[in-house]
Parts: sequence; C-alpha cells; structure tokens
Amino acid sequence: MDLLEYQGKQLFARHGLKVSSGEAVTTVEQAVRAAQRIGYPVVLKAQVLVGGRGKAGGVKLAGGEAQVREHAGNILGMDIRGHVVHTLWIERASDIASEYYAAVLLDRSAKQPLVMFSSEGGVDIEQIAQSHPEKLVREHVDPLAGLSREQAARIAVAGGVDSDVVDGVADALVSLYEVWTAEDATLAEINPLIVTPEREVRALDAKVSLDGNALFRHPENRALADRENEDKIERRAAEEGLQYVKLDGDIGILGNGAGLVMSTLDVVAQAGGSPANFLDAGGGSDAKKVAQAVELILANDAVKAVLFNIFGGITRVDEVARGLIAAFGQIKPSVPFVVRLDGTNDVEGRKLLAEADLPNVYTARTMDEAAKMVVALASGRPVGAAA
Amino acid sequence: MAVLVDEHTRLAVAGMTGREGSFHTLNNRRYGTNVVGGVTPGKGGQDLEGIPVFDTWAQAAQQVQPNTAMIFVPPAFAADSILEAAAAGVALVVAITEGIPAQDELRVYNVLRRRYPGTRLIGPNCPGVLSPGKANVGIIPAAFFKQGNVGVVSRSGTLTYQIGNEIAQAGFGCSSIVGIGGDPVPGSSFVDVLELFQADGQTELMVMAGEIGGSAEEEAAEHIAAHMSKPVVAYIAGFTAPPGKQMGHAGAIISGTSGTAAAKAQALEEKGVRVGRTPTEVAHIAVEVLGGSAIAAP
Repeated sequence: MDLLEYQGKQLFARHGLKVSSGEAVTTVEQAVRAAQRIGYPVVLKAQVLVGGRGKAGGVKLAGGEAQVREHAGNILGMDIRGHVVHTLWIERASDIASEYYAAVLLDRSAKQPLVMFSSEGGVDIEQIAQSHPEKLVREHVDPLAGLSREQAARIAVAGGVDSDVVDGVADALVSLYEVWTAEDATLAEINPLIVTPEREVRALDAKVSLDGNALFRHPENRALADRENEDKIERRAAEEGLQYVKLDGDIGILGNGAGLVMSTLDVVAQAGGSPANFLDAGGGSDAKKVAQAVELILANDAVKAVLFNIFGGITRVDEVARGLIAAFGQIKPSVPFVVRLDGTNDVEGRKLLAEADLPNVYTARTMDEAAKMVVALASGRPVGAAA
Repeated sequence: MAVLVDEHTRLAVAGMTGREGSFHTLNNRRYGTNVVGGVTPGKGGQDLEGIPVFDTWAQAAQQVQPNTAMIFVPPAFAADSILEAAAAGVALVVAITEGIPAQDELRVYNVLRRRYPGTRLIGPNCPGVLSPGKANVGIIPAAFFKQGNVGVVSRSGTLTYQIGNEIAQAGFGCSSIVGIGGDPVPGSSFVDVLELFQADGQTELMVMAGEIGGSAEEEAAEHIAAHMSKPVVAYIAGFTAPPGKQMGHAGAIISGTSGTAAAKAQALEEKGVRVGRTPTEVAHIAVEVLGGSAIAAP
C-alpha cells in the first residue's frame, strides 16, 4: 500500500524525523487559509502516487495569496500521468544547503533490510546508481539487532556528508529505520533529505509503502489508502475480497490462484489477445463469489469476451460451474464467454454447464485452446459451436 | 526416495483443530501420511479423530516425536508457531498460512538460520509438499500426480497442479512436488530445493515454475549452471504483468527494471535451461527430455 507524501510525513513525524509543518487541503479557499496560517513563502505540492510531479507542474512556490489562488486552482484537478490531483500539501518553503538521499527497504535476495544513502540527493536514485555508483552507499542491517546509531553514523560518513551534520543524518537514518520496522513498511524513502542553512536535517519528501499483510497490527494505518485515485473497479474488488487488477486490453480473465491467472494472461497474450484484467477468484469459489467476479469483469466497458480458466485443486469445478450458471441467471452478459474447466470434479462441472445450455458460452478442454477461442471471439471471428 | 516428505514423515499440525487445519490434516492422513499429533494452545488433551492435541510444540515433541510440522494458524500467530516448532527440534516446518507480514518472515528466516540451523522451512503461503505414493503434507490435490522421476518446485499452487496434470497426462510421474510459496521472504528458495532434487536418486529431471518479482529464478539459473548435472525445465508466469502492480502473490510485483518475466527467462536460457512459454509446453519439453534419455539408454 503506497502512501501519499503528506501521509508518509505524518508517519515520519510520529517517529521523530523532522519534517516541515504544513497542511493537506482539497480546495482553493482551504489552500489560501492554510498558507496564511503557515506563513509565506509556501510550497504547494500535488499529492499523487506517481513520480514526475515537478515536471508536470504539480509543485509550485507561492509568495502571496494571489499566487496561492493561481497555483492551487491549476494543480487541483490536474491529471498527472493518469492520476487526478485531489489533495494539495502546503508547507513552508525551505532554504536548502544540501540535498541527500536515504532509504530503507527489504533486500529479498539477502533476506535483510538494506539502507541506501547518497549525498547526491534530489535526483532520481536510479540515475545516481548509474552515473555515480560509488556515491550510493548500501549497507545491510541485522534485522534481529536493528540499526544502531554507530552504524547509521558510519553510513553518513561513508556517504560523504558534511562533518557537522553526521549526527543529524545518523539520527534521521535511525528514525527512518524505526518507521520501516514499527510501521511495517516495505519501503521508506526520503528524496531529498535536506540540510538547511541553519544546519538542520529535514525530510523534504516522503515515499512510504506499507505491507498490506501487516495492517492488522496497525488499524490506524488502514485509513491511509488512496481511495480517491484507486480504480473504481479495483476498489469494489478489494471491498469484496477479490484480487483484481485492471489492465488495458479487451479480454476479461478469471481464474483461481495467482500463478495460474498470471499464466492465463500470458497464454492469451501469446495467442494474440490483450487481457483486460487480472482476477483471482481464490480457492472455494462459491456461486456468490463467481457472480461477483463476473459483475466486476463486465463493469469494465472495454471487455469484448471473457475467459474463465479454472483448474480445480481445493476449488471444486462443479461448484464453479454452479456459480457461473447462477451468475448468468442474474446478469445476462452481452459478451461471449469461454470456459475451461479442469481438475477436481471436472466431468461433473462440464456436464452441468452443458445441461444449462447457456447462450453465448463456449467450452474448451485446454488452456491453449481456450485462449485461441477467446481471442477469436473478442475480435468478432466465429468459433466452433457454443456449449 | 523422494525429497522432504516420505514414509518416514511423522507429522504434527499447528492449527489442526481449526476448520481448514482439520480438513487438510485428515486428508493428509487418508493419503497415508503418518500424522502423530496437533498443537493448539488451550486444547491440549483433546483429539481429532484419534490424533492427540497438545498445548505446545515442546509437549508434542516430547510425547509423539514429530519430525515434520505443518503450520495452519492465522497470520498473526504463524511466526511464533514456526519458531516454537524449530525450538522443539522439528527438522522440517511446512507453513501453509497466507498473509504473514513480510517483517515476521524476515525475523523467522534470520532466527532459523542463526539459532536453529537444523530446521528447514518450506513456505509460508505455499501449498506444501507431496511425494506421490509416500506422503502428502499440505493442500496439494494428490489425485493429479503420479509417482515418477520428475521433481517439481514452484512458487504457485494452482500453476503447479496445472503443470503436474499435464505431465501425468503425458504418462510421467513425480518424485516430489514442492511449493515454496509466493511471499517476499520464503524459508526455502528454488536453489535449496533444486539441491535436494539433485541429490535424490528418484529424481531424473526437474521442473521449476517461477513468476515475476525478486531474483530467485536468476539465482537458480546461476546455481544450475555451476552445480547441477540433471536437466531442469523452467516456466515463468507474468510476462504481461505491468510494473508496480501486485498480482495476487505478495512477492509478485515488479519494481524498477528487474524481476520481469522476460529478464528471468533470459537469465535461465543463457545458462542453458529450457524455458517453456506455456504450462503445456513445459510438460512437452520435460517429456521430450525424459523420453530422449530413455531411448538413448541401452
């Protein structure tokens, strides 16, 4: 779960990391009042979960009320690479003497947390890693011991920070590591971590991703999900406990098990089609769940044909067939369906489906055959007889 | 022979008294697995159709000497249950539980390595281990697999069943099927399990089913080239997955440029590992390799 900048900064502040005080607003009038309370000059920052805000015109400096009105009016509602700006973060503009980069993340290969630090902050970190790999310090942390102040100071020194801010940077790193562990983050990144002319070390930006599996330990963080910018169908799926990811194509996909669904997307693409979604119905697909899944898939207007790919392990194929028949009783879809049922109770499942004689439903025996059929149907070509 | 579980397995199950836990425990016993006990705090002294329940792993270890633990408890309690089983001296822990926080997995992995190096963890968020004809520990539907000489290791459950079924339909069987799970910090990697298959007398070929995210497949490619003499056929799911989107499995997310299906397939092919583009093709290649060697042998 990715957090907006201002939400990340709230978590930073909770763990002693210094951030500029500011306010999150959603209207121009709120922006004007917030700026008055904060004191000019202020910075207005678009709150979206996508990089390149500055280049898109989503970050502006304002010296007075007229400028706040102008910029807030422009930025609110702006579309930044598909993300609409609903919220602005306004904070006191900072004077900057130096810009650093700091991050804590999980190194899956080493199975340890990794601290990354560079004195070349303010630019894209991939860029630093390519152009100045020697200026990007990477140090693993013993997850059972945590990040000590000594190790943090060593990282700051290795990163080449000015000697008078080694302590300040070390404190910031220790706090950032605490954010990562205490909040169950998968990523906690500051770019830039700035030094002010008064030699204060402060986080000017925040990029935090939280582990969705750990939210039971952090009920207060549940509210941080960016519902405004979530795809509407994805949001509905999440509420119904289904794993749905919207894609750009026109073939709706439903399967059971994440790996098999990913594989189904690939097989459809290889057959020349373009999947409209990822949807994992999970184990034990009862009729209600299948009906919900069908509704979700068809809520996307781009869908021209649908592929059901079920390999029953724990999931019983006859149950999926019953679910599909029940769903068709409620929904009456206008696009063709290709159904491939295999695995536990597959003979029964296929028999049920044949007996139901659903209009516009085709059956296939194998994944490859099903993919070819659905691609043909989506492009309006006829295939063999319906089930 | 086979790997990890067989006729010598003595299984105890944490969470055996729950709905899922009891269903699959009895399923495993019906298959022939020797289930010696269960662990549910507060329910010690009860039994599940004759299988005794203990309050702690220490008591279970003392009373019924399990060498294998299966974890079915909810995510909030799973990490402690795994470590408790390890502390009681259980050599193999198979964690089925889905949804364990990544930092709990990180702690478990590092504690096991340091304090309990004699315990091997498979999973979490995995379907378990099946050695056809010998033992089933987990939720793999055994009906789709026959006994044979193909070792299967996979990050995904249903995809494993799909591939196993194709292999069986082609007339071949499996030595063991090992699900290592789709989470960011699995207890055992592809490399760990491939090493076991390499040393196993029954296994002649391995099928490895990977997916997007992480670098476990790339590490396996290096290991295969450097250390393995038996053939490996690979499959990677997720060629059409967009970057930054999580595809169901917590580990299946592409960040930046690494971890893509194309990069993984390339890494494997560069090391001479054949990669099937569909599950069906994987089974065909496996059969071709096995059939070829059978014909070549006098």
